[in-house]
Amino acid sequence: MSYTESHGSPKPPSMRTPLGRVRNLGAAHSGTSDFWRQRITGVAMTLLMIPVVVIVMMLLGRNQAGAAQILGSLPIAVILLLFIAASAWHMKIGMQVVIEDYVHNEKLKLTAIMLNNFFSIAVALASTYAILKLSSGV
Amino acid sequence: MLGRNKHQKPPMTARIERPLSPHIQTYRWTLTMALSIVHRATGIALYAGTLLLAWWLIAAASGPAAYAHVQAFTGSIIGRLIVFGYTWALMHHMLSGIRHFVWDLGYGFKANEREALTWGALIGGIVLTVLIWIIAYAIGGGR
Repeated sequence: MSYTESHGSPKPPSMRTPLGRVRNLGAAHSGTSDFWRQRITGVAMTLLMIPVVVIVMMLLGRNQAGAAQILGSLPIAVILLLFIAASAWHMKIGMQVVIEDYVHNEKLKLTAIMLNNFFSIAVALASTYAILKLSSGV
Repeated sequence: MLGRNKHQKPPMTARIERPLSPHIQTYRWTLTMALSIVHRATGIALYAGTLLLAWWLIAAASGPAAYAHVQAFTGSIIGRLIVFGYTWALMHHMLSGIRHFVWDLGYGFKANEREALTWGALIGGIVLTVLIWIIAYAIGGGR
């Protein structure tokens, strides 16, 4: 339940103080799901880091045909897809925290958060599309 | 700044000018504080760097001409500097993030422990970056 939504309408009787209602909810006025997802995606990327670095090393000095062949193989495609998904989500949450910390104008903040979502999703989808295209060999 | 006149009581009518939300200019600089800012800065750099990663993958999927463009860029001096910076940002942010996991789990809060973790992330990030680039050049990435 959002605290701001209850303005203007009669509040249901509650023993909870205003402080108690918002305690632990943070600046985002909602739960800790973003905090938790930031940790999940961080752990995921840490686990994937060695395979990802090895994959990039394998591609060094190769031309497009060689790179396409390696990137199109199933285990490498899966590792990169997982890494792309985790990093897009992680960076979306991280940038949102930065925006919420430093952008104090409400309209500007909402616009920035929206653009952050668009950017993160666009980068993730473009990269995912590239991997799938390489995997399908089209 | 703070606490300089702590024994001097201001007159009741005077407005007490205390910082409502103390920020970095109020505090003495510490290593963990500086590295907290570096963690954020590297995160923002990596955010922008994903464009390079996406460009590279799309080029690989597009064809030889597009891929040659990426290779021409990453092979140039500027390109190499950016990719080197990206490698460091990634390695540093990862190790600094692991440091945050340790803190999230409730360990490493003593003064010497948090300093050691922070130095570890700082030095470890540089060492891993140099190591990766030595290996990359050794296996022929410098061509």
